Amino acid sequence: MLLIDCPYCGKRPEIEFSYGGEAHVARPADPQALSDDAWAAYLYLRSNPKGRHAERWRHTHGCARFFNAVRDTVSDFFVTTYKVGETPPAEAWPRAAE
Amino acid sequence: MQSFSILSLLRRAFGGHASWQPQWRDAAPKAAYDAVIIGGGGHGLGTAYYLASEYGMRNIAVLERGWIGGGNTGRNTTIIRSNYLFDESAALYDHALKLWEGLSRTLNYNVMYSPRGVMMLAHNVHDVQVFKRHVHANRANGVDNEWLSAEQARAFCPPLNISPDLRYPVLGAALQRRGGTARHDAVAWGYARAADALGVDIVQNCEVTGIDRGPDGAVTGVQTTRGAIRAPKVGIVAAGHTSVVMGMAGLRVPLESFPLQALVSEPVKPVFPCVVMSNTVHAYISQSDKGELVIGAGTDAFVSYSQRGGLHIPAHTLDAICELFPMFRRMRMLRNWGGIVDTTPDRSPIIAKTPVPGLYVNCGWGTGGFKATPGSAHVFAHTMAQDAPHPINAPFTLERFRDGQMIDEAAAAAVAH
Ligand SMILES: Cc1cc2nc3c(=O)[nH]c(=O)nc-3n(C[C@H](O)[C@H](O)[C@H](O)COP(=O)(O)OP(=O)(O)OC[C@H]3O[C@@H](n4cnc5c(N)ncnc54)[C@H](O)[C@@H]3O)c2cc1C
Ligand SMILES: [Zn+2]
Repeated sequence: MLLIDCPYCGKRPEIEFSYGGEAHVARPADPQALSDDAWAAYLYLRSNPKGRHAERWRHTHGCARFFNAVRDTVSDFFVTTYKVGETPPAEAWPRAAE
Repeated sequence: MQSFSILSLLRRAFGGHASWQPQWRDAAPKAAYDAVIIGGGGHGLGTAYYLASEYGMRNIAVLERGWIGGGNTGRNTTIIRSNYLFDESAALYDHALKLWEGLSRTLNYNVMYSPRGVMMLAHNVHDVQVFKRHVHANRANGVDNEWLSAEQARAFCPPLNISPDLRYPVLGAALQRRGGTARHDAVAWGYARAADALGVDIVQNCEVTGIDRGPDGAVTGVQTTRGAIRAPKVGIVAAGHTSVVMGMAGLRVPLESFPLQALVSEPVKPVFPCVVMSNTVHAYISQSDKGELVIGAGTDAFVSYSQRGGLHIPAHTLDAICELFPMFRRMRMLRNWGGIVDTTPDRSPIIAKTPVPGLYVNCGWGTGGFKATPGSAHVFAHTMAQDAPHPINAPFTLERFRDGQMIDEAAAAAVAH
């Protein structure tokens, strides 16, 4: 079981949390203007990387708040967790450093 | 290829089993092939076998980063059934089931297909309605599936606890008698041996690290840890790693990879006659011919390539097993493990051409593709050889997500294995 560092409550066991999928997948501002391909990409294409993954978690059985995390999908090691609206530290996430 | 028969077994038994040869060559990769398949699981090896046996493509290779069958093929709980809801799925999975029935003979290799019956338990009103709907839809498609009362379910599987006092009592069950199990490793080995005999190179310890494309965008070959290989046709059959391999060709896919776990008990005498599945309390169980109880657990909620999974997932499954089958409460578990399953948004596979000419993909089997191995391999070989889908896999495209033509077995509830 994973130990997850809620930015509001601190480290808690995984069973207190629910997983919320890939983070930073923004809903397009004007869906009507999108092509079918672009809309399908928003709905269904995910990066699914073997490596660092930015993802949403919710501390359902704790503070009940959503937050984000960067986790390595090979080791399941949490590189960092951060509040919604924050950007992860550059060194945590190769994409943010680019 | 040394053929197996009662005579050949007897002759070698008297010779102290000294004269058996390796079942397939340990091939080194050549510089070029007519086609290569990335991934030496059952689906990839089967594809190579049908390409060679039905389409005469013998100058081909299967490239496997580890050992053949070391992916989900060798990690699964081997449940075979075809009672899926939608017409497209029923056609695909029943095509596979029909091939299972003759597979040992076709391959001259005992894959131990055992149609001992797969029973799916209903625990609430929703389950009852959904399973009855499946029974009727399956009948209309010529797929066997029947409804059993709780008493009939216990008669079919005597260890089952049908007491109304259970937290989730058994209200009835759907039974597919043609469903059952097969020996997972034997499926990989049998296809490898038969493909090898037709000239196919089975190349292990050979990881594909890049996909080469020409100026027109079409595939020209692959880069591997054992050198570059030219090929005008490349089939990706990499299960949990499909997103990674498709990414090498610049393609994004509607897949996410999750760890799915299973566990086995210490071996005991035959005690369990069939396969029982419960989606609602989440437990799957059968007994292998070696005597171990083979138990399927759930997936972790998050994307991962760790091939492990959290211990609370199988613990939850064992809660359900102990409640449904009280006689197993004191069984000891021997080991548990995980495999990385590639799931699509509608929980149906993708067996299709890709936007890149010469590149084909067979993926998205998620938690339940072992049962489809022969059928999937057969229609994918057709797709690669003819550069066009077989009618059975024509609906299982990448574009169905864009076009809204999903085959939504996920919503149909009879998901999982
Ligand atoms: C615990 C568990 C239980 C399951 N139970 C059932 C069940 O009861 N019934 C059922 O029908 N299904 C079940 N499944 C699902 C089933 O196992 C899979 O859908 C099926 O085996 C997939 O077969 P495959 O040949 O496509 O994949 P795999 O056997 O995983 O083969 C893919 C191969 O590709 C190789 N590969 C990946 N990347 C590369 C690369 N870059 N270069 C070279 N090779 C590469 C991998 O090493 C692997 O060997 C279960 C799965 C798991 C994990
Ligand atoms: Zn919290």
